[in-house]
Amino acid sequence: MTINWISLTAILPLIGAVLLATLPKSAELRAKQFAFGSTLVTAASAIAMAVKFQRDNTDLQFVEVHSWIPSFGINYAVGIDGIALVLILMSVILAPIVILAGWNEAQGGRWSVKTFYILILVLETMMIGVFSATDVFLFYVIFEAMLVPVYFLIGGYGTGARSAAAVKFLLYSLFGGLLMLASIIALYVMSGNQGGHTFDLARLAELQMSSTTQNFLFLGFFIAFAIKAPLWPFHTWLPDAAGSATPGTSVLLLGVLDKVGTFGMIRYCLTLFPEASKTFTPAIIVLSVISIIYGAILAIGQKDLKRLIAFTSISHFGFITMGIFAMTSQSQSGATLYMFNHGFSTAALFIVGGWMIARRGSSTISDFGGLQRVTPAMAWCFFLAGMSSLALPGLSSFVSEFLVLVGTYTRYPVAAIIATVGIILAALYILIPVQRALHGPTTPGNENLTDLNLREKLAIAPVLAAIIALGFYPAPLLNVINPAAAHVNSQQGFTDPVPTVEGK
Amino acid sequence: MTSNLIVYLIAIPLFSSAVLLLTGRKANKWGHLLGTLASASSFGVGAYLFTQMLAQPTEERAITQKLFSWISVGSFNVDASLLLDQLSICFVLLITGVGTLIHIYSISYMSHDLDRRRFFAYLNLFIAAMLLLVLGDSYLNLYVGWEGVGLASYLLIGFWNQKPTYATAAKKAFVMNRVGDLGLSLAIMIAFASMGTASFAGIKAAAPHASTGTLTAIGIMLLLAAAGKSAQFPLQAWLGDAMAGPTPVSALIHAATMVTAGVYLITRSNFIFDAAPTAQLLVVIVGAITLLFGAVVGTAKDDIKKALAASTMSQIGYMILGAGLGPVGYAFAIMHLLTHGFFKAGMFLGAGSVMHGMNDEVNMRKFGALRKFMPITFITFGLGYLAIIGVPPFAGFYSKDKIIETALNAGGAKGILLGGAALFGAALTAFYMSRVMILTFTGEKRWDDEAHPHESPILMWLPMAILAIGSVVSGYLFTHGDALVHWLEPVVAPGEHAEHAELLPPMVVSALALAMVLIGISIAVMMYVRRPVVNVAPEDVSVLTRIVRQDLLQDAANEAIFMRPGQGLTNALVTVDEKVIDGAVRGVGAIAIGSGSELRKSQTGYVRSYSALILVGAAAIVLGIWVITQ
Repeated sequence: MTINWISLTAILPLIGAVLLATLPKSAELRAKQFAFGSTLVTAASAIAMAVKFQRDNTDLQFVEVHSWIPSFGINYAVGIDGIALVLILMSVILAPIVILAGWNEAQGGRWSVKTFYILILVLETMMIGVFSATDVFLFYVIFEAMLVPVYFLIGGYGTGARSAAAVKFLLYSLFGGLLMLASIIALYVMSGNQGGHTFDLARLAELQMSSTTQNFLFLGFFIAFAIKAPLWPFHTWLPDAAGSATPGTSVLLLGVLDKVGTFGMIRYCLTLFPEASKTFTPAIIVLSVISIIYGAILAIGQKDLKRLIAFTSISHFGFITMGIFAMTSQSQSGATLYMFNHGFSTAALFIVGGWMIARRGSSTISDFGGLQRVTPAMAWCFFLAGMSSLALPGLSSFVSEFLVLVGTYTRYPVAAIIATVGIILAALYILIPVQRALHGPTTPGNENLTDLNLREKLAIAPVLAAIIALGFYPAPLLNVINPAAAHVNSQQGFTDPVPTVEGK
Repeated sequence: MTSNLIVYLIAIPLFSSAVLLLTGRKANKWGHLLGTLASASSFGVGAYLFTQMLAQPTEERAITQKLFSWISVGSFNVDASLLLDQLSICFVLLITGVGTLIHIYSISYMSHDLDRRRFFAYLNLFIAAMLLLVLGDSYLNLYVGWEGVGLASYLLIGFWNQKPTYATAAKKAFVMNRVGDLGLSLAIMIAFASMGTASFAGIKAAAPHASTGTLTAIGIMLLLAAAGKSAQFPLQAWLGDAMAGPTPVSALIHAATMVTAGVYLITRSNFIFDAAPTAQLLVVIVGAITLLFGAVVGTAKDDIKKALAASTMSQIGYMILGAGLGPVGYAFAIMHLLTHGFFKAGMFLGAGSVMHGMNDEVNMRKFGALRKFMPITFITFGLGYLAIIGVPPFAGFYSKDKIIETALNAGGAKGILLGGAALFGAALTAFYMSRVMILTFTGEKRWDDEAHPHESPILMWLPMAILAIGSVVSGYLFTHGDALVHWLEPVVAPGEHAEHAELLPPMVVSALALAMVLIGISIAVMMYVRRPVVNVAPEDVSVLTRIVRQDLLQDAANEAIFMRPGQGLTNALVTVDEKVIDGAVRGVGAIAIGSGSELRKSQTGYVRSYSALILVGAAAIVLGIWVITQ
């Protein structure tokens, strides 16, 4: 019997959401437990899928195609390569961690606790779908539909100016989505003129089109993804959204949903528009470098912890985009590994930062002080998460950041050199909040904060353990990513620059 | 040759560190013992491997251990692999040997600290990272140790970070080190792009075929890295502040081992620097500037630890100078590094012993006459003093003399300038170190009545005594029959030496150096023995003295050049982001929606509208497709 692993994994959280809906509103604890269980089952299914995955096979695997709207040539078509697999794994591992870590974060929302978890589970189904869709229409539908649960998660359960942030997020994303929609329609029309209407990614990739057309259609996709990622100057929704969302929502938003942008660049921009990708590469490299430096400087200047983390992510997404478009083995593999690692280190920062904020009742960095004395375990976790964010060698983020830099250097040395300055800025944007919040004398309002409880320790331990373990031994991920990343580059006709001297 | 023992050097202290950190308070009772045992075991493994090496013929002494493939992407293949050769074993023995002594010392020194277990965990972490730094067989492995020791240094400088200035000192050290790390990162990138590898062996093999420009670029980037880690000009400003850490840390990390990593890096990269004369010239310039800079700063410090820190900076300047004079200079640089490891660590522990007896007072103007109360500290410190100023037959005499001699023989104006700087530095060293000796141990007592100076317990003075023995004999042992030069030859000088004509015969150089030392001592005696010492630093001093007291304005310069413009830029960009970029977006949004103020008033009511918008969008897709396909 063949199992449709992708569909199975994707449907599990949705089933959980439906069953959850039948629970009474008052059964908050059971709702949490049930949601947590659903995400664990989903994770188990995804891990089973990963075990079955043939890592050296560069074809899409676990392919399923079912006709959905035949009159338009729309299919439910899914399949994954190593890149998609790694991102799906990241998503399904983060989901239960987010639920466990933010056990009480749905309380005090506009709607019930149950609704919060229904939204999370629905979102998880979409996360799996968006990374595995191979029908452009299916991808678009999920891409847009994902906005809905996130919108309600921010607007309904966030803090501060949550409604404004949610609206800003929605409008921004809708704008990008509309540009992408225009491009998709154009592709669809052209496919009709070249052998039959289709939304099939592989067939759309074979379309003949003029370079002008390619350029315009490329931009339609790219801007949508650049907003999602986000890349400078399309980033201003992110700090607001992350500043208002609950920590768990922020983890899913920055850790997973934003990866749809960088994933989309690989899967759609490069595959559909190889020529235009080459044309725009210089501009994109420039925007990436700006993002790296600009995001880091803005992070240094933030007074709010959540906004600070958001800006560090803008810097990190600059590295990812740069790696994707530098088109070398190291940069491309590094970019995907970066996506995975960023998911974990940002999760750690938001989760621990969220605990600090919840306890202190403020997200202003200067309200904290001397936490290392009061809450040593929490302070340690925050510090370690920070070290991961600044890519300390020995932690997983170092491997990916260095791969992106070294790979980029072989093709675009100047960009790589400027980007490397980011490592100094990273030390500042991490160590400044570490000093203010954790070091120094314990300031008023912090004396009675409680340290991590067992649940919290259990939630954060796997994240930190993964960050350390994969720093020393990234092979399990790289073995899956390398063939897929190499395949992306070779499809684009890129080979790695050869060293000028033959070393041994 | 391979050996599967090398990894235990690192694994034992790393494991111990993890145990101490994860076990928490339950380990408070025995944490310091486990930490010390781990360091001692590592030393045991190192000593065993050393005897193994000695038993081998010269060409078979270097041994490797491949652990696993660490990063492999395309042609970028980096193994987690260790290399124990004649150069790294010197460091292994220094790190674990001095490290173990300092662990023992710390048992007593930190006995009243509530966080002693955590202290030992950090020390073990440091030992592991430092060993990885010197044992990695590629620049990327070295990098992990390189930033690992930076992390340990950060944690230990900020060990008492409840004091805000200490926390700031820790951050400053980390950030300035990251500037150096930028250099190391770029060096690896350039090496990989041009030679396709990051391993020492690979680059060594490829370097002869690489262009001078490439090698110069790599060399300069490595020098930047070395300057950051070894507190060399212009990245020297963090070291003085790093004295915020507990004194054993200053002895181990900020004197004997970590700060000398830059010297290791340059010596290890001899195949780059020997083929890149411009980079090598920059190395000696940085070394010469720093040796004078540190020595000058040291003349005006009243804080005993900061005086020793300035001295460390200066002495490492000598080492960097030596390393820049390769191939002949590498061995002398390492020799001075090792002798310095003994005498400077010993003196720092001595300073700690003084502080221990003086209620943590560090101001030398409030010491005086301590030789009567702390005789062992006085003698051990005094032996270190004789070694550092270069009095024969103490260790520093041999090692520093060799560097001065090599500098003078560098040829032409370069030789005279460098040799002159090194000689002048010797006079300054003799002056500021005599000042430290005189102010601390001789003359009249200047301390308050609350202080009750007493000799430290055996756990503290024994390590000091052992290091003092090293300060006495190590120089002779290393130079006897050119033992260390021959030992290191396979690593640093595979070909024959490019000897310059001797400018001056060695005897004359030694005589000159001794004359400089005597001048330095004499001035110190005139200033601090003949004249009374006041217990408050005099304020009616010249502008020059003020400038020296402010570390030659290093902090003011950094603040003016980097910090304030940086803060200005940060604040400006925060405003730009809010007003311009986001402002434009909000403007466009407001126009698109119709009215910005209306948007703000009724966002909540718009929830349904926006959901509807998605629906309309989806409908538009279907409609659009339908229209087009007709």
